[in-house]
Amino acid sequence: MNLVFDLNTIWFFLVGLLLTGYAILDGFDLGIGALHLFTKTDHDRRVMLNSIGPIWDGNEVWLVTGGGALFAAFPEVYATAFSGFYMAFMLLLFSLIFRAVAIDFRSKQIYPLWRKIWDISFCVSSILASLLIGTALGNIARGVTLNDKHEYTGTFWNILHPYALLVGLFVVALFMMHGALFGIIKTEGMLQKQLQKLFSKTFILFVIGYMVITIATFLFAKNLTEHFKASPFLIVFPLLNVLTIANIYWQNKRGKELAAFFSSCATILLLMFIFGLGIYPDMLYSYNNPENTLNIYNAASSQKTLRIMLTIAMIGMPFVIMYTSTIFWIFRGKVKLDSHSY
Amino acid sequence: MDPFFLSRLQFALTIAFHYLFPPISIGLGLLLVIMEGIYLKTKNKLYHQMTRFWVKIFGLVFALGVATGIVMEFQFGTNWSTYSRFVGDVFGSALAAEGIFAFFLESGFLAILLFGWNKVKPRTHFLSTIMVCFGAHFSAVWIIVANSWQQTPAGHHIVNTALGTRAEIVDFWQMVLSPSTLDRLTHTLMGAWQTGAFFVISVSAWYLLKRKHVEFAKAGIKIALVLAVTASMLQLVTGHSSAVTVSETQPAKLAAMEAHYDEFAPADLYLFGWVNNKQQKVQLSIRMPGMLSFLVHGKTSEPVKGLNAFPEDERPPVNIVFQAYHIMVSTGLFLILISWTGLFLWWRGRLFNIRWLLWVYVFTVLGPQVANQVGWMTAEIGRQPWIVYGLLKTDDAFSPVLNGGEVLTSIFMFGFIYFLLFALFIFLLNQKIQHGPEVEEQIEEGHIA
Ligand code: HDD
Ligand code: HEM
Ligand code: HEM
Repeated sequence: MNLVFDLNTIWFFLVGLLLTGYAILDGFDLGIGALHLFTKTDHDRRVMLNSIGPIWDGNEVWLVTGGGALFAAFPEVYATAFSGFYMAFMLLLFSLIFRAVAIDFRSKQIYPLWRKIWDISFCVSSILASLLIGTALGNIARGVTLNDKHEYTGTFWNILHPYALLVGLFVVALFMMHGALFGIIKTEGMLQKQLQKLFSKTFILFVIGYMVITIATFLFAKNLTEHFKASPFLIVFPLLNVLTIANIYWQNKRGKELAAFFSSCATILLLMFIFGLGIYPDMLYSYNNPENTLNIYNAASSQKTLRIMLTIAMIGMPFVIMYTSTIFWIFRGKVKLDSHSY
Repeated sequence: MDPFFLSRLQFALTIAFHYLFPPISIGLGLLLVIMEGIYLKTKNKLYHQMTRFWVKIFGLVFALGVATGIVMEFQFGTNWSTYSRFVGDVFGSALAAEGIFAFFLESGFLAILLFGWNKVKPRTHFLSTIMVCFGAHFSAVWIIVANSWQQTPAGHHIVNTALGTRAEIVDFWQMVLSPSTLDRLTHTLMGAWQTGAFFVISVSAWYLLKRKHVEFAKAGIKIALVLAVTASMLQLVTGHSSAVTVSETQPAKLAAMEAHYDEFAPADLYLFGWVNNKQQKVQLSIRMPGMLSFLVHGKTSEPVKGLNAFPEDERPPVNIVFQAYHIMVSTGLFLILISWTGLFLWWRGRLFNIRWLLWVYVFTVLGPQVANQVGWMTAEIGRQPWIVYGLLKTDDAFSPVLNGGEVLTSIFMFGFIYFLLFALFIFLLNQKIQHGPEVEEQIEEGHIA
């Protein structure tokens, strides 16, 4: 594998980093959403909501910025992927709208029916969003059909290939597990016990999913495994990943909530990294005709723009990391409901 | 159905809906800084109560701004892929800068603003309010930069690639400060301040009419009225300056705004009218002779370029641009009148006793909203048939892979969801207003936040 550290590669990894930030941060809030209906009392549900209350919006900004960065650095990929997967992205947008509104509106009325409707919207839209994000990743891994104008030539139904759906389900399980771990940190008492149980279940699903996906990747997304065949030392990353996954279980077992959660973050980071290594330097692989593949060179903006953007990112990102950590610090600890809560 | 027509409809629908909320956030954000600042300085509980009340409303407005904004971010890719390929090198940077500099700032500190009352010191809370206000203003900056570049492209060159042509940045600052950026930015920000100010005035006037929360309402009206007067005056200045820039950079748009067909001097200005495009006449009109020449050039003897100087297929639709523009200007003048009236009566000590005026204030909340919408229609429809002025036509900018069924489905979904959201927004807003400011903060289970 030859990794060339030019601007295009740097931007490939930076866009990846933003989207990984999104997966780690919004991952747990989508997971909390997916688990929401498993909790029964109104109090518990409010605790669930308020565990992510102050931070979910900031987490979503990682997606917005990742999308913006993709547009700026690789406009061809932005244009092809978003127009090609039109209906899938529309569904993602609808679910993100419903989620945002459900979080904000749910506790603003006391009527049980009102709360129930928004509880369901919150849960369903969280699951749907996770599923769609996973399916998109699955399609990128497997490749799509493109013509020589870089336009997508498949249909909506092609997006629902079993491999892509499998990745979708895997992401749902991953986020649920990740969300349960986050929930365990933020809650206490019975609710925390319940989340522990949910963690055990989703962890099993996640591990099974992990194994199935690994096998399926060798069958359906062969292009993704080529680097690993060519440079066997890259196997350290998947191995490391197995260790972080085992560590999640172990840390949770010995009651180290925070360590378990950070292991889960590391797991997501590694998964994304392995995925990135697998596809590099392609961004949208065209399996009908590899010549039409969009890669980090033919899809990129000019060198000048990439350089300008790098300056913007270098000025901006330290601030982003600063406020994100400040907010997490201020809102650390167990959730306490008060009159400002959702 | 034609997916291209539908894409335009969808863009117009979704952006118009998004643009109901950000101006409130921007204007109210500024007012929150003022209110909380006064509280910290005077320690007067009234201003504390006021800040808390408006922060809750801010939270609601913000949530809708975010929910609808995400749609905008991705729509360039979904429906306008050819456009995205053409402008990505230039336009993308502005959009990414918006995320990095503005949205993170705003959404981060909003958490403290909304939920941090008991977690941080009052000064830290105030700092967060300031940051949220900055964040809201920055969001406007970058998106306006992007839009202004597409109105008056600068700092770029056109490059041929294997797949066609595209614009690439040559000079970043020239791109950022394109000829219309500063005018558009100052003008939209003033519009947003007016939106926030008249929003507060409207709710406060309503309390006065209902004789509820009287002290709270009086104090609120005074703060907002000062902002309303300031922003409305500056709006005239920046609006005029925008029009002059349009006359230099987009003469076809200016000609459409005034339905000015032939080049002659002195060119007239219409107060209102109805454009008959076939006969190239403005009917039912009142006009001010020579005023257009005067406003554009500073003297009546100079001619102004007319629509007939442009090929037929490079003219925007005239009547709609004309009407939109005239509604904006009339609204702007009305807002100046109404805010000065308030200031004058406040000085005479009679402001709070004139019921009809308070009723007018209750409804004035619509004024800036209407002006914002028609203002953008002037700018965007007046830009037609170009999507990037002089470089790319709207007809060539769509995603070629779309089919009508898909776009029709998404439009229906947006229509349905946005209708629902709007109804719920009004319902919850109304409820918060009816409920009024908290007197004693109560911390209890199931309490309606
Ligand atoms: C409260 C809102 C508001 C009010 C009272 C006004 N405007 Fe406005 N106007 C806007 C809100 C707005 C806007 C929504 O912010 C626009 C849309 C695009 C832009 O640049 O600003 C706009 C656009 C816009 C344009 C078009 C710019 C372009 O096409 O590039 C002109 C020439 C004016 N305005 C002029 C005026 C004048 C002379 C006004 C008289 C007082 C006025 N506006 C009041
Ligand atoms: C097509 C153009 C636009 C796009 C792509 C866009 C994108 C977005 C996005 C993604 C968000 C959500 C950010 C978050 O998650 O926190 C947002 C919110 C916001 N947008 Fe837009 N926007 C557009 C037009 C505008 C315009 C014209 C303005 C102002 C002049 C504006 C001002 C804001 C503000 C202030 C917010 C913060 C939310 C709020 O305060 O309501 N946007 N926008
Ligand atoms: C926020 C207030 C805005 C409003 C109300 C608005 C309104 C509109 C309307 C009515 C159209 C349809 C014009 C037509 O098809 O005849 C349109 C088109 C468009 N606008 Fe805006 N616009 C706004 C801001 C922006 C911004 C900030 C951008 C870019 C950064 C933008 C980019 C576009 C594009 C790409 C189109 C589609 C192409 C076209 O039809 O010209 N708009 N807008």
